[in-house]
Amino acid sequence: MNLAAQLAVLPVIIPLVAAPITLLLPQGRAPHLWATLISWLTFAVSIALVSMVSNAGVISYHLGDWAPPLGIEYRIDMANALVLALVSGIGAVVFAFAYRSVEREVDPRQSTFFYCAMLICLTGLMGVTITGDAFNVFVFLEISSLSTYALIAMGAKSDRRALTAAFNYLVMGTIGATFFVIGIGLLYQATGTLNMADLHDRLAGQSNRMVEAGFAFIVVGIGLKLAMFPLHLWLPNAYTYAPSAVSAFIAATATKVAVYVLIRFFYSVFGFDFAFVGHAFTYVLLPLGLAGMFIASLVALFQDDVKRMLAYSSVAQIGYMLLGLSFATVEGLTASLVHILNHALMKGALFMAVACVVFRTGSHSIQAFAGLAKRMPVTTWAFILSGLSLIGVPLTVGFISKWYLLTAAFAAGHWYAAFLIVASSLIAMAYIGRVAEMMLLREPPSEGPYAAAKEAPMSMLIPMWVLVAANIYFGVRTEFTGDMAARAAEALMLVAGGAP
Amino acid sequence: MISPGLAIPLALWVPLLGCLAIWLLDKSPNLREAATLITGAILFALTVTIFIAVSTGQRPGFQALEVIDGLPIAFQAEPLGALFAVIASGLWLVTSVYSIGYMRAGNEKHQTRFYMSFAVAISAAIGVAFAANLFTLFIFYEVLTLSTFPLVTHKGDEAARRGGRIYLGVLMATSIGLFLPAIVWTYVITGSTDFVEGGLLAQHVDAAGPIVGILLGLYAFGIGKAALMPVHPWLPNAMVAPTPVSAFLHAVAVVKAGVFAILKIVVYIFGIDLLKDTGASIPFMWIAAGSILLASAIAMNQDNLKARLAYSTVSQLSYITLGAMLATQMGVMGGAMQIAAHALGKMTLFMCAGAIYVAHHKTLISEMRGLGRVMPFTFGAFFLGAMSIVGLPPMAGSWPKFFLMWGAADAGQLAIIVVLIISSIVNVVYLLSIPVQAFYMNPAQDGAKPQGAGGAFIDWGALKEAPILCIAPPIFTAAGVIALFFFIDPLYRFLLPLVGGG
Repeated sequence: MNLAAQLAVLPVIIPLVAAPITLLLPQGRAPHLWATLISWLTFAVSIALVSMVSNAGVISYHLGDWAPPLGIEYRIDMANALVLALVSGIGAVVFAFAYRSVEREVDPRQSTFFYCAMLICLTGLMGVTITGDAFNVFVFLEISSLSTYALIAMGAKSDRRALTAAFNYLVMGTIGATFFVIGIGLLYQATGTLNMADLHDRLAGQSNRMVEAGFAFIVVGIGLKLAMFPLHLWLPNAYTYAPSAVSAFIAATATKVAVYVLIRFFYSVFGFDFAFVGHAFTYVLLPLGLAGMFIASLVALFQDDVKRMLAYSSVAQIGYMLLGLSFATVEGLTASLVHILNHALMKGALFMAVACVVFRTGSHSIQAFAGLAKRMPVTTWAFILSGLSLIGVPLTVGFISKWYLLTAAFAAGHWYAAFLIVASSLIAMAYIGRVAEMMLLREPPSEGPYAAAKEAPMSMLIPMWVLVAANIYFGVRTEFTGDMAARAAEALMLVAGGAP
Repeated sequence: MISPGLAIPLALWVPLLGCLAIWLLDKSPNLREAATLITGAILFALTVTIFIAVSTGQRPGFQALEVIDGLPIAFQAEPLGALFAVIASGLWLVTSVYSIGYMRAGNEKHQTRFYMSFAVAISAAIGVAFAANLFTLFIFYEVLTLSTFPLVTHKGDEAARRGGRIYLGVLMATSIGLFLPAIVWTYVITGSTDFVEGGLLAQHVDAAGPIVGILLGLYAFGIGKAALMPVHPWLPNAMVAPTPVSAFLHAVAVVKAGVFAILKIVVYIFGIDLLKDTGASIPFMWIAAGSILLASAIAMNQDNLKARLAYSTVSQLSYITLGAMLATQMGVMGGAMQIAAHALGKMTLFMCAGAIYVAHHKTLISEMRGLGRVMPFTFGAFFLGAMSIVGLPPMAGSWPKFFLMWGAADAGQLAIIVVLIISSIVNVVYLLSIPVQAFYMNPAQDGAKPQGAGGAFIDWGALKEAPILCIAPPIFTAAGVIALFFFIDPLYRFLLPLVGGG
């Protein structure tokens, strides 16, 4: 056997094996360096996979050489190859970024556990994305969720509310996972298989109560995981009180992976032969996506905690993704996939900028941002540029997302949705503008807890600016995002079987 | 001599390099200002090169990169853009001289940031001028908005913050909320956003559909920089900026980028014939006419000189929108000439307002009575600029009014001619009264009725003018207003290809 043939399993195996090794390392710098190295390795493998899929088509890997549908299959097509690259790429940047931030915000006795949990979380997210087996999705989803609960709770050193936030998330997340597994169970009852491709074949023509119930359970279960409005209640506290590096990582990856799973089930497992899929698009995803876009954005506008503001903004941005996929067109799905990638870039950079501010001021209240343009100019500009990206200003990825989404909306005849999309961007402009004005136009405080702020250390600035640069680069070059997402969307539509 | 094809990318990059140089020379103000002036001179030479090339029928351009299929960042010079670029870069040079005098006399803070923002803004204005498609235009339009924000909020106090919030809020809200969807819609209909002679949409839309009117509305109000009522509030609020900013950006670069975009969209995206055939532009013609009269009425009640000039700008900009919406060749011609004439005239007025502020710290018109006798040059230039805005010969401003009336007659809209006449009369009242009072009345006394001055006139021994750098630029542009009156024929022939002639 050669390495190339085993490449498909490596993105999961590498962090999975590396995680327990972290615990054996001495406290201090070592766990961080090890975890960073692993995350970079995982990213390199993912990039290799993207290029393989791009050139040679779908990769099917049989775990332990057990042939599907009995054995577990890892199945990588364009869509999940992109998500793999995204998750591991964000991982590579955030892991490198984390050291100083974690040093400050997490109890030093827990630091080895912290990097171990981060690697397990990465394993879970990669696993969810890569697998072609429905039950395997559940397993990996739980691996990532459980480690996330622990990671959020580690924010307790800075703020004890992290514990209740983690507990709330645990309760909600477990309900979601339970719903999801019930749904999988019902599908298994109906078809006797767990392999997604096989499920798709065997579900054909089976439009009965059991399949419908299974579908409903799965949508609600994943809806909880991806924080679909109004199932988002766990998210704001979790993102706010988690250690800043964790917020940056999960905000950029966890919900995106969940959206990917939703797309996978809608398009690859069920497909448009089922009338209820079309109904779910029209009567659930479209209105909930629109409602989330507006209500969460409006709530974000009135937050005095910048992390919480960004958290609500994430709920709103998930609305865009749901909106895109609910159009059930190639353009809409492309827009959704592009926004999954782009939103990760902008939100990752924004949360990292906040992490820098927390590192120097100890607070993520908007008051701590006053006059930072003078004290922390590099961080300020990172925040402003990624904020402009979130608003959708041209030459940033946010604009590319908006462009795809708007063309999809017009092309699908949902012209009212197009205007709602831009209206919601305007609310984003207001809440980002509030923070930007604070940073740019206020005088920095001369006394009080925030007076001593100075520029964040290089070890944080460089990874953050890598993401900011990605925001600009992919804002003018779309070969890797737009074109590949379009290919992924076409392949998904083909399996799903035309319009619903 | 640089080839015109190379001149366009250079014109975009030179101001950015200038910006870098300004930043590096932060510590030595004289060198820093030299960097601004040299950049300005090079830029002006480049735009003139392009202008000459366009006048000989060339259409130089290049494509930078393709972002999404059918969506390249590309540039091409055509008459309207070349004209706008020459005006913007030429007047930037004039403003830079003026800024040096103004900023130093006022001992303003953050001067380096000020000149840097200016340089980025002019680069963006050049980008707008040479954009070959809507997408490119939109990019530079947004860059222009963002780069001028630090200029509007320059003073950094609460009033500046408030003005800046409204400025950015209105311009971004309209551009993202209306302009962007309009561009996307155009792209979805036609698969392109290119500026095409005869009109991009003219080849695609069934001319009877209401879609033309809706799209035109999205463009007309989405381009907030054109300040068509009711999306004008950003303009008066931007007057918190230092006067050179008001003079250049809010009389020339920013507002002209707006009306330029409207003209360009009407000519190259819709096509004059499409609008004429569908009548889609008639409602907007009336809105523009209403905007002209209403803004003039508001201007009359402003005692703050800059506020009065701001509302006068809102009114004058609507002339250009009106010209576009008349959907006749002469209307478009009038609109294009108004871009040039109004830029020169209004810039003169703003620079005079700044000179008055620098020399006497007066901002209210009621306090300026009698001031002409100690500032004869400033008020003399003001008088010439005001004459041009009103539209009296031998000032450049008379030509656009002439062509607009011609255009209105062509379109059979005789009521529009009446609107134009009323507007000119109102302009006489609120603009010409200022220098007249400054020359012929005594300074306002507490509670006393303003009095005629009688025999005493200019006291040459007791002049109290602003520094020479603040007074020479407005005199220069005032002279330009007269010169342009006599050189209107070359301009007319230069612009003819725009309306399908030449």
